[in-house]
Amino acid sequence: MILTEEQKAILEGSKGEVMAKVMETVIRYGELFGAEKLVPVTSKYNHLVTSFGLKMMTPVFDLMQKLIDAGVVSEQKFSADPRPLDPNVPKNFLQNLIFNKFMYSKQDFYEDQLQKLGLMDKDAFSCACYLDEMGNKPEMGDVLSWAESSAVVYANSVLGARCNRNSGIIDIMGSIVGYVPAFGLVTDEGRKATWIVEVKTSKKPEAQLLGSAIGMKVMEDVPYVKGLDTWLGTELDDAACAYLKDFGAATASNGAVGLYHIDNLTPEAKAQGEALIAEGAKVYVIDDAELQRVYDNYPVIWKNPDAKPKLCFMGCPHMSLEQLKSWTDKVEAALKENGNKKVVIPTVFTAAPKVIEAFEKTEYAARLRATGVIVSYICPLMYMNNPLCGKMPVITSSNKLRTYTTARYYTDDEILVQITGGKK
Amino acid sequence: MKAFNGRVVAPGCVTAEAVVSHGGLNTLASFQKALQFGDKKATCGDQNNPDLYNKELAGKALCLPQTIGSTTGGLVLYCACAMGRQPACMLFSQPIDSLAGAGVILADVWLEGDNVAMPVIDSLGEEFLSYVKDGMKITIKDGGIVEVE
Repeated sequence: MILTEEQKAILEGSKGEVMAKVMETVIRYGELFGAEKLVPVTSKYNHLVTSFGLKMMTPVFDLMQKLIDAGVVSEQKFSADPRPLDPNVPKNFLQNLIFNKFMYSKQDFYEDQLQKLGLMDKDAFSCACYLDEMGNKPEMGDVLSWAESSAVVYANSVLGARCNRNSGIIDIMGSIVGYVPAFGLVTDEGRKATWIVEVKTSKKPEAQLLGSAIGMKVMEDVPYVKGLDTWLGTELDDAACAYLKDFGAATASNGAVGLYHIDNLTPEAKAQGEALIAEGAKVYVIDDAELQRVYDNYPVIWKNPDAKPKLCFMGCPHMSLEQLKSWTDKVEAALKENGNKKVVIPTVFTAAPKVIEAFEKTEYAARLRATGVIVSYICPLMYMNNPLCGKMPVITSSNKLRTYTTARYYTDDEILVQITGGKK
Repeated sequence: MKAFNGRVVAPGCVTAEAVVSHGGLNTLASFQKALQFGDKKATCGDQNNPDLYNKELAGKALCLPQTIGSTTGGLVLYCACAMGRQPACMLFSQPIDSLAGAGVILADVWLEGDNVAMPVIDSLGEEFLSYVKDGMKITIKDGGIVEVE
């Protein structure tokens, strides 16, 4: 890799031994993927994937402490993924004990480390950090050192920023040195689509099901999606952005997609059109039958497949303000239709702390509370990742949550029927 | 016995028994439960991976196309190495992905000691993944040569 004099000096120890190791990490990471140079990180803020004080992450806390002790911190402040604990979310005595005394016993310690490393503020915890309320929204063309698969794919695709699917720890190291290696999605060539996806469904496809199908097919490649503008329009309004947020999270977790282009909608597709498609791109046609095939092939891993759900999680990734409002309307209407006053399955909608704050200022908040739905800033994935919750029959319309946990996937409409007691 | 040639991502020579994932390995889903709950054998917890679910990963020659899923993947691998619960080696049929690559580099730069080592070879080709089966004996030799018998 060709380094500038400044980068060479850092690597040779001009800013201390720990900073030299950070630079070595970033360089070797880039060399592995053929990067020939480092490029400056240009976003105002960074985003870290690690927000959870899991005891198993002690080696990470030790590494973070080395950085803090050496004064090697970033000039960029950062947001981080959602907190793993929220007292508002239902849990039994044993779960409470295991969460607080065993699994997340390092939570306070780690949040203190994050403060020292440059956390934006005490509420800067959300996987959807790019929402307006959270204040970490990169500009078109910004180079990022982010991790969190759903945030990276959103920033690349919907905002036109440039970021690889970095791992946790690499995210903060790129930010500390102020450079990331120029490879993959940071380069023009790496942003070319090697798949053409033709959406030919008879109705608007479920965002998380479509994303899942595409993710499992193209894996880490870049898809150029045609036909979706029929259903989403050609403007990135709140509804389209919320759809793409959920769609992207499914492509990234069910596969390893870091960037997608939507014909006539996402910024690079609008500017460059089919010039973004690489020569020899493969074609994947998605119709109603293909979506059904994907849905039918999800494994049901509950011990009793017919068990009555004990919990419903919505909002992985975190819901937007627009989604909280529209779901309030939908839950109210469905409850009325089904002759119920409150949801019949304990239900948690998750959103960023500052989105919840904004939601609380609207008349929707009291209405949603009246339906029995709980709004929380928790990370449902982290809540679910333990043997106790793993045995619980939990339902969700998040394909990310389905992938990483035992939660069972249903479409939004199916979830609505179940939580409001319809179709008995 | 058949030999395959790949790129050395992390050096080292080792012999171990193969466990094979034909689909992408979801690192978080595979390792989290084992690391969190003290399972020294690192039993795979990914119920969406029929090839590996409930199989031991620590000390095995883990053969796979790439890793997929959460961007915690690299730090999970780093933790597995730091805790001595890593596979004996990782053998990728495709070029290594950015998450696994990060984990390997982090472990190599920031961890010290023999028990944290994990040789990694990538770009072994599709034929490698078609040929290798669970329980086969894998030997990594210098220069990215992987013998399967």
